[in-house]
Amino acid sequence: MSQDNNTYSAAGEVAMVKTRRTRAQRIWIELRKAPPTAIFGMVVIFIYLFTAIFAPWLAPYGEAEIFAVPFDVWSSTHWLGTDQIGRDIASRMIYGARNTIGIAFVTTLLAFFIGGGLGLVAAINRSWLDQVISRAVDVLMAIPSLIFALMLLSIFGSSAGSLIIIIAVLDSTRVFRLTRAVAVNVVVMDYVEAARLRGEGLGWVMRREILPNIMPPLVAEFGLRFCFVFLTIAALSFLGVGIQPPTADWGTMVRETATLIQFAKFDLKAGMTPLVPAAAIALITVAVNFVVDWFLHKTSGLRDEH
Amino acid sequence: MNTEHNNDILLEMRDIRIEGFADEKWNPIIKGVDLTLRRGEILGLIGESGAGKSTLGKAAMGYTQPGCRITGGTIHFDGQDLASMSEAQKIHLWGTRIAYVAQSAAASFNPAHKLIDQTVAATVREGLSSDAEARADAVTLFEALQLPDPANIGNRFPHQVSGGQLQRVMTAMAMSPRPDLIIFDEPTTALDVTTQVEVLLSMRKIVEDFNTAAIYITHDLAVVAQMADKIKVLRYGEEVEEAETRQMLAEPKEDYTKSLWSVRMLHKKAESSDDVVLSIDGVDAAYGRSLKVLHDVNISLPRGKTVAIVGESGSGKSTTARVLTGLLPPLKGGVTFNGTQMPAQLKDRSKDQLRQIQMIYQMADTAMNPRQTVGEIIGRPVEFYHGLSGKKKENRVVQLLEQIELDASFYDRLPSELSGGQKQRICIARALAAEPEVIICDEVTSALDQIVQEGILRLLMRLQEENGISYLFITHDIATVEAISDEIVVMFQGKVVEQGLKDQILQPPYPEYTNLLLSSVPEMDPDWLTNLAENRP
Repeated sequence: MSQDNNTYSAAGEVAMVKTRRTRAQRIWIELRKAPPTAIFGMVVIFIYLFTAIFAPWLAPYGEAEIFAVPFDVWSSTHWLGTDQIGRDIASRMIYGARNTIGIAFVTTLLAFFIGGGLGLVAAINRSWLDQVISRAVDVLMAIPSLIFALMLLSIFGSSAGSLIIIIAVLDSTRVFRLTRAVAVNVVVMDYVEAARLRGEGLGWVMRREILPNIMPPLVAEFGLRFCFVFLTIAALSFLGVGIQPPTADWGTMVRETATLIQFAKFDLKAGMTPLVPAAAIALITVAVNFVVDWFLHKTSGLRDEH
Repeated sequence: MNTEHNNDILLEMRDIRIEGFADEKWNPIIKGVDLTLRRGEILGLIGESGAGKSTLGKAAMGYTQPGCRITGGTIHFDGQDLASMSEAQKIHLWGTRIAYVAQSAAASFNPAHKLIDQTVAATVREGLSSDAEARADAVTLFEALQLPDPANIGNRFPHQVSGGQLQRVMTAMAMSPRPDLIIFDEPTTALDVTTQVEVLLSMRKIVEDFNTAAIYITHDLAVVAQMADKIKVLRYGEEVEEAETRQMLAEPKEDYTKSLWSVRMLHKKAESSDDVVLSIDGVDAAYGRSLKVLHDVNISLPRGKTVAIVGESGSGKSTTARVLTGLLPPLKGGVTFNGTQMPAQLKDRSKDQLRQIQMIYQMADTAMNPRQTVGEIIGRPVEFYHGLSGKKKENRVVQLLEQIELDASFYDRLPSELSGGQKQRICIARALAAEPEVIICDEVTSALDQIVQEGILRLLMRLQEENGISYLFITHDIATVEAISDEIVVMFQGKVVEQGLKDQILQPPYPEYTNLLLSSVPEMDPDWLTNLAENRP
């Protein structure tokens, strides 16, 4: 037994080191252990992404193609019928995945870029700059965001660009708070002090020393934030100031076909038409949350007590 | 059947096996240890961290931490089999006959309740005495433990007393039901040497007075020598040897036991030098506007030598290091390096000035980014200061790894895959990578086990000989000072009490504070504490 040996060697202090695996191997091992809810979530997200990317090939008709009969019933030619000006709803659902998910994703990314960057700067600086940014964020957060967004959109107009920027700025306040809160705990670590004593610049300290250590909560927040942005866009579209026609979008589609719901007693299928885009929104939100839950559980470091 | 002899045995553990759950499987922690304790006897349980001493101590109460399980062996306490007891019976036993004193008293008290309420809680709950009697008894215990103002100290909250006092209140809490057995789990490890002595004295007295049996868990052989009747040495969850205290100290049988006090055998010959590389001149420093922590500090560091700064916590040792590195600009005075004045602010110092002074931290865990590999950690200063990259950088890192007695196989490891001693070596290598003239070592060995400490100290001495580096060594451990330093600076309440050659400082006559500090360091002599108690007023 090597343990009986009393000669000391620094290299031998930890005899067993876990076998080093490539990143792909580690991800695969984690995936196989994922709970059913997370697998369900990932499958749903994958289907949505697939639909969004290959929309032109999957959709039976064009996004803005108009047919003779408005409010047509569900049939083999129009699976989900047509809308108030005779566009194929099934095709618009497929294109809607592309627009709604795409815009929500870009908006969330931008929100993280702004909020995360400022949060890191505030956490490192901790002086007047921190105070200025933090108080500005407090002011922004004090205004109800949906109403604020409505107001700004009516000022700047409802183009996709202004929609993205306005929602990103409003949502970045929450990202800022989270980033600052978790980064503050990392900034006080000795290795950050060591980097500063070495003379490293702000960029290095942010990117290489702090960011890798606060990644797990940020990734989880990214998933949740994506859901909220998605819902905000859908809500704004429903109110008529979001994504503008003829661009297909699920929130707008709910609004446009909402009246059909009162015909449910005559034709059940037609009555369900506005529920289809609404269900699509609900499903992606639930799916993303399942995956985020699992990810949070994995990275929180809490062990299940069996 | 009970014979006279059997009645005398309070606790008997036979072939105890305990496993802990980690990395998705059960790993053995204790591999078949026997333990016998008679009434009124004190057993010292000693070993490095990870040796299983705390786990064994807790198992003596029939308790295991979450994630651990007892897989074999028997535990008999006063004739009762603990394994066959229900949880409720065990809780009753813990409230009445077995007590536990934890390492961190501050973390073990409820901050929202008064000390005396917490002291008597278990005694009253188990119906051993009435509330009034228990409170009166608690005051006598406070008195016996030499707490100031015993009648009223119980009305304070945990944050209103010092760490050493809190540890004594916890002992009073343990003594309150008059248990047959107390388990002390490293009760003085978190305390300063000067406080430790007082706590040890009062603990020993009270245990003797009430003839309580105790298990005293520690990694410090000198402390256990004062407390225990017999000592059991553990390693890797197995017993190395057990003997009466005097016998164990006089003639340890196993090599491993001898190695436990190896740091105390190290001794460097002190040399003086007039060639000063770094000096702190008349520095006053403060945190914020009001809290002044350094008063007119003057320290000089001779080239290629080691100056140890000693003092208890709060004496301004680490603040001195912050002034040196530029993290805390002084109010007055300055730092001179190689004859030129260093800018006070970190951001005003040039890259080369930063390179010349490197720092090694106490906690190697927090001094390394957990997401960077060893290669990245050591490689960065090589790249940053010396502009090496690619293959050249890699070769230099491997060369540095060899200097610290590790090899190239460590290049891709993450800090979590290293032991405590290896982590500290990597931090040393990171400092070396800058090729500095001065390294500040802030308590670099105090979080490590004795045998690992020795390895680190030898490494530092070798590097000094090879590279002519000067060390400023901050520590509160006199054994370490004895081992490594040329000169000593004694600090107390932000002032330098004295600076001089090691042999000079460690020779009487001492100034008052130096005397207190030196005499408080436990010695490997079972009579040391008794003599100290008699000699001190």
